[in-house]
Amino acid sequence: MRLWQYILRRIVFMVPLLISVTLMAFIVSHLVPADPLGMVLSERAMNNPEIVQAYRERWGLDKPLHMQYLIYVWNLLHGDFGDSIATQRPILRDLAQFLPATLELTLAAMVFTIFLGIPFGVLAALYRDRWPDHLTRVLSTIGVSVPVFWLGLLLLNALYFHLRLLPGPGRLDPYITPPPTRTGMITVDSLLAGDWRAFWSALRHLFLPALVLGSYTMGTVSRITRSSLLDVLAQDYIRTARAKGLAEWTVILRHALRNALIPTVTVVGLSFGDLMSGAVLTETIFSWPGMGRYAVLAASYLDLQAIMGVTLVIAFTYVVVNLLVDILYAIIDPRIQVGT
Amino acid sequence: MTNTVTSTVWTLQRGEATRGRVRAAWRALRRNRAALIGAFILLVWFFIALTAPYIIPYDPDQQNLADRLQPPNITHWFGTDELGRDIFSRVLYGARISIPIGLIVVALSSLMGMFVGGISGYIGGLFDEIVMRVADAVLAFPSLVLAMAITAALGPSINNAMLAIVVVLWPTYARVMRGQVLAIKSMEFIEAAHAIGVPNWRIFLRHVLPNSYTPILVKATLDVGNAIIIAAGLSFIGLGAVPPTPEWGAMISMGRLKFAQWWIATFPGLAMFTVIIGFNFLGDGLRDILDPRIRRRA
Repeated sequence: MRLWQYILRRIVFMVPLLISVTLMAFIVSHLVPADPLGMVLSERAMNNPEIVQAYRERWGLDKPLHMQYLIYVWNLLHGDFGDSIATQRPILRDLAQFLPATLELTLAAMVFTIFLGIPFGVLAALYRDRWPDHLTRVLSTIGVSVPVFWLGLLLLNALYFHLRLLPGPGRLDPYITPPPTRTGMITVDSLLAGDWRAFWSALRHLFLPALVLGSYTMGTVSRITRSSLLDVLAQDYIRTARAKGLAEWTVILRHALRNALIPTVTVVGLSFGDLMSGAVLTETIFSWPGMGRYAVLAASYLDLQAIMGVTLVIAFTYVVVNLLVDILYAIIDPRIQVGT
Repeated sequence: MTNTVTSTVWTLQRGEATRGRVRAAWRALRRNRAALIGAFILLVWFFIALTAPYIIPYDPDQQNLADRLQPPNITHWFGTDELGRDIFSRVLYGARISIPIGLIVVALSSLMGMFVGGISGYIGGLFDEIVMRVADAVLAFPSLVLAMAITAALGPSINNAMLAIVVVLWPTYARVMRGQVLAIKSMEFIEAAHAIGVPNWRIFLRHVLPNSYTPILVKATLDVGNAIIIAAGLSFIGLGAVPPTPEWGAMISMGRLKFAQWWIATFPGLAMFTVIIGFNFLGDGLRDILDPRIRRRA
């Protein structure tokens, strides 16, 4: 099978998943609350029969359930997530404003996950049952056991409040003018504007939240890298490579690691969902104006539509990232294309 | 007569075999240092949870405004919070809330996952297809975010938070169980049971379930920490435990903006961290002991 055929097949496979995702979202936002209207409209609006009627018609609440679902999906396809109670604006506009900050944080956390997690895993495998292995094991267990919101508070307290090594919550120092918005990611925008002062400030602000957010996935990535590298190192072709006198680092980097990284790619891809989930709490602690903080604000107003908006965007991103991982997978491992 | 003797002997042998296996597992557990440490930490915490009302120095809800925001000292080992409540007492008492939350949530979701996934794998067909699509849909959402939406829809409370976490956790169990059942279903002893006319439900309960619970047990142990983190996360953002309850996540949330009073958030978090690490160490140890593939590799 050609690569494009494989990709096409993967995209077709996404359709039933997207249907069940929207169905799930529909169930939570329409069937779970006893009265969805009561969740969306204020008490005063509830007493006004015209408003209630208008709302019922807009979301088709007077129609049979399957029609309601179709109307729901139709509205979603047109970017209509409803209006937020918390911000009094269309939810789509809110999401567009908050998504870049979350993406910036998640991608930075991903960088930590990859560039710390993989080397730790490699070290652990190479020094198996010796102290680097034990240290990595302890660190990764701590990584998956520590609640991110608590770790964030601890580090913020130590590194910002007590030691003054890093800046406090927020995305930029207050005395720096933010660069003109292009992507919404301040590090990228300041680079595009050539504003090095803003870039440095943004980078320093990004460091701690990204490290905290990445701590969980770092542990899983280093563990999977360790075990898959150990598997590969036991293979015959590694013995052959050694037997023909290749330098040890060539054997490890060129022959072993390349094959060992295939499961790691999957785990890194899947960890994207964990990172976006963790972003909800990390953003709250670091006053990071992203979707997580928006969701928490919405939660305090019991603004179900806004929370569902965030949930759906994250779920869609997750599904798309999984598709990209599958494609990447087929590119680095030719056997997959042949096999399917 | 002969029959009874044979069956008695057989039961005895089986009893011995079980005891032998338990003993072997215990020996393996004793050799596995991480698992032992985990078990020890958990024993201490279970003891604290059981005896908390008798060992705590202060009433966890009792406010004493004269003593508010005191740093750790001789009378208040972990200091006091904004309302002058003793944090040490609240942290110990919180074990009675957070640990049962984790255990109950995981028990419910693993049982649900085992039965749904088990039946789904055993009977296959349309039912299997529907169950797996539902599981896929749930798994497409990051767990905390979906739990947040469900809790918000049901109304914030600790019970609704637990229900929401069960909803997000069961599909992984269903998947693992389904995989196990599919593998076991085609084995010879199941075929033999069919051949001698054992009814389907009996085969499922007596032969399929007992032979497939091992990975579920490991996953469940590792998941308790996970469930505690999600529940605390929900409380942290105000969707779980309601204020006076000494739940660890809610307590951390109280200390969020108080950098100078570091003790308010630090101690409940430390308690939670040790409990979770206990479950993770024990779970890792159980996996090493119960999963023969890993045992050989290690």
